[in-house]
Amino acid sequence: MKLAIVVQRYGPSINGGAELHARYIAERLARHATVDVLTTCATDYITWRNELPAGVEQANGVSVRRFKVKHERDPETFGRLQDRVFEQPHSIADELDWLDAEGPTSPALVDYVSKHAGDYDFCVFFSYRYYHAYYGTQAAADRAVLVPTAERDETIGLAIFPPIFRSVRGLMYNSPEERLMIQTVSGNDDVPGVVVGVGSDVPAGPQPSRFRSKYNIRGPFAVYVGRIDENKGCPELFDFFQAYTKATHGKLTLVLIGNSVLPIPKHPRIRHLGFLDDADKFDAMAAAELLIMPSYYESLSMVALEAWALGKPVLANAKCDVLKGQCIRSNAGLYYESFAEFNEALSAIERHRWLSVSLGKNGRQFFREHYDWSVIERKYLEMFERLKTSSAARAPETSPGWRDRRREDVPPARDVLQRLPKGPALGRDSAQSARRRA
Amino acid sequence: MADFNVRSDSVNVEQIMEQIRTRIRDKRGVDYTEEQIRELAAVKLQKFLDPRGVRSDLLEQFRKTQPPYEPPQLPNYAFEDSTLFESHRGPLRFIRRLLRPILKLFFNPNPLIQALNIQSRVNTTLAEREARLEASRRSTESLYYELIHNLVVETTRLGIEVKNLTMRLESMSGRLEFSERRARALESAVVYKPAPGDIHLPAGREQRQVPQAPPPSPSPSIQPSQHGQHGSPSAPGGQPQSGSEGPGQRSRRRRRRRGRRSGPPAAAVMGGGGEAQHPESSASPEPEPPDSSDASDSSGSSDPSDGGSSE
Repeated sequence: MKLAIVVQRYGPSINGGAELHARYIAERLARHATVDVLTTCATDYITWRNELPAGVEQANGVSVRRFKVKHERDPETFGRLQDRVFEQPHSIADELDWLDAEGPTSPALVDYVSKHAGDYDFCVFFSYRYYHAYYGTQAAADRAVLVPTAERDETIGLAIFPPIFRSVRGLMYNSPEERLMIQTVSGNDDVPGVVVGVGSDVPAGPQPSRFRSKYNIRGPFAVYVGRIDENKGCPELFDFFQAYTKATHGKLTLVLIGNSVLPIPKHPRIRHLGFLDDADKFDAMAAAELLIMPSYYESLSMVALEAWALGKPVLANAKCDVLKGQCIRSNAGLYYESFAEFNEALSAIERHRWLSVSLGKNGRQFFREHYDWSVIERKYLEMFERLKTSSAARAPETSPGWRDRRREDVPPARDVLQRLPKGPALGRDSAQSARRRA
Repeated sequence: MADFNVRSDSVNVEQIMEQIRTRIRDKRGVDYTEEQIRELAAVKLQKFLDPRGVRSDLLEQFRKTQPPYEPPQLPNYAFEDSTLFESHRGPLRFIRRLLRPILKLFFNPNPLIQALNIQSRVNTTLAEREARLEASRRSTESLYYELIHNLVVETTRLGIEVKNLTMRLESMSGRLEFSERRARALESAVVYKPAPGDIHLPAGREQRQVPQAPPPSPSPSIQPSQHGQHGSPSAPGGQPQSGSEGPGQRSRRRRRRRGRRSGPPAAAVMGGGGEAQHPESSASPEPEPPDSSDASDSSGSSDPSDGGSSE
């Protein structure tokens, strides 16, 4: 079997969620098939500047073919177009302009996919929101498998994407919430899809004491791992944690791991360690009492899965449907919507050892059952086998004509988003009923 | 912090979160999310606030009283020295230029031209100033609007908080009242009985004091004293010998204590086994130690010899 993994950026130094996801999947599938990665020369997801040479290279046993990006992102144009398509009635042409401005605009990559799609059994596209996925899935519709990595943001409300969700051969979702959201917005219930997610190479024997001695950390602590950013809910976490230290007699310290783009409050019980390598990161998580995940938007929190793999409970932001759903399904984490809930939930985990241990145990079991690499690989291979033996669910949809593309009757993406179902998908709701409500 | 009820390996996160929310509600009344508070601020203010103080349609009224103002687009144009003589027809313009010296023989148009030129510039300056002022006023109004909006939301939040605090206060008042009643009931249930080595009152003294007591049934508190002489605090079967005390028994007992004051101290121990009035006190073999309010109450109501006798 020969597979193409098509992703916006690729490389060992690129740690973005979807890109890391794509790299893990490519390297794992390379054990079962010949895998080519088709990507761009960009490494920066803000500018999409060409920083790597075009051509073919080998990385961890995977062939990587890079293509030039036609133009860098102009933040002003992109911002203006984004305001228009998210906030105002607009046309399909506006959305296509937005997609082009968003980048990475690489017609060479799409052209290659169009010409060589027949060489591959399947082309697996990552991240529906980018140029390569929108045009690439149309160029290779009869063998396109999409890993949407969709979050609950305005992009899902754009009108250009539902035809893509309906026309691909298969979809590999990250969570039931993502599947429900996409099925509601596009009505693609008949397109084969499976909730897969991604695994992680969690070390078998992490050394918490080594971490404690290396960073001179004593006493119990909660850990946050990830970019310290406003979009990740970090300011709210800082506020809540500082209030928690005043409201309770707990001894927890908050340890932050990751690069910061925010000022971190100077507090005796908040420690920022910066970016750590994987060994230190896993040691830190093993030494922690719990992981706090304050993000509002997650397609799949790999860090939360890693914490569960290490038997640690998670305290997640309930405003993120995916995180809340994962906590409920795994029975391995608590969640909060307000400071009162944050305070009580964190206090409960800190003070009740039995609760912390039980949640951690459930998390380990949840990870083993759903996110072990053998499970992930099996789900991908079964999907490929299924698609090989069946035909496409429906014919590719024709794109709108010149006049239709310019008709300004597309509702603002924010309005569409607000009509989508909220809350975790716990098997109590179907896409049809959610669509009816929307 | 109270424990959670979930104590098994099969932890149910939803159940735990429900307990957490219940605890939060118990602590601070109904818990509203930010979104709910905004909804309440927009729709149901009158339910929480004094309608004479803040109107629920405050924001709407503000919007209505501040209709969008568009400055009138007044015509204006530059007035130069050639403006009076311009024409789109070339020959006419030529003839006017030829005849201009003759015109100047009749009157001098230059002051008129200068005045209109100045007026034109003044108009332009005023229009620009008006536009600047309008923009500034609009930005200030948006600030006022935001301020009023935030004030309404915060007032709603405070209203809810006051309501919750009022509910808590009522609840605590109820509890305090119950505790006071319980304390009084426990106090009236206290029975003094002599220790085995104590000296008993002479019969004559007892006889002398008894007639002062009200005539109804024999004083129940005497019973334990008599039983104490026989070393048996209660009747067989654990049933109280004296039955429940009425409201007048406390004063009767006080009178009896006064009667004993001159005699040797009667060793008394607190024993509630036979006089339980409250389920909690009946459940425990020994009555609960009196709290501070009970202690102050009893010390205030009894004479100093009571304190000595209880020790």
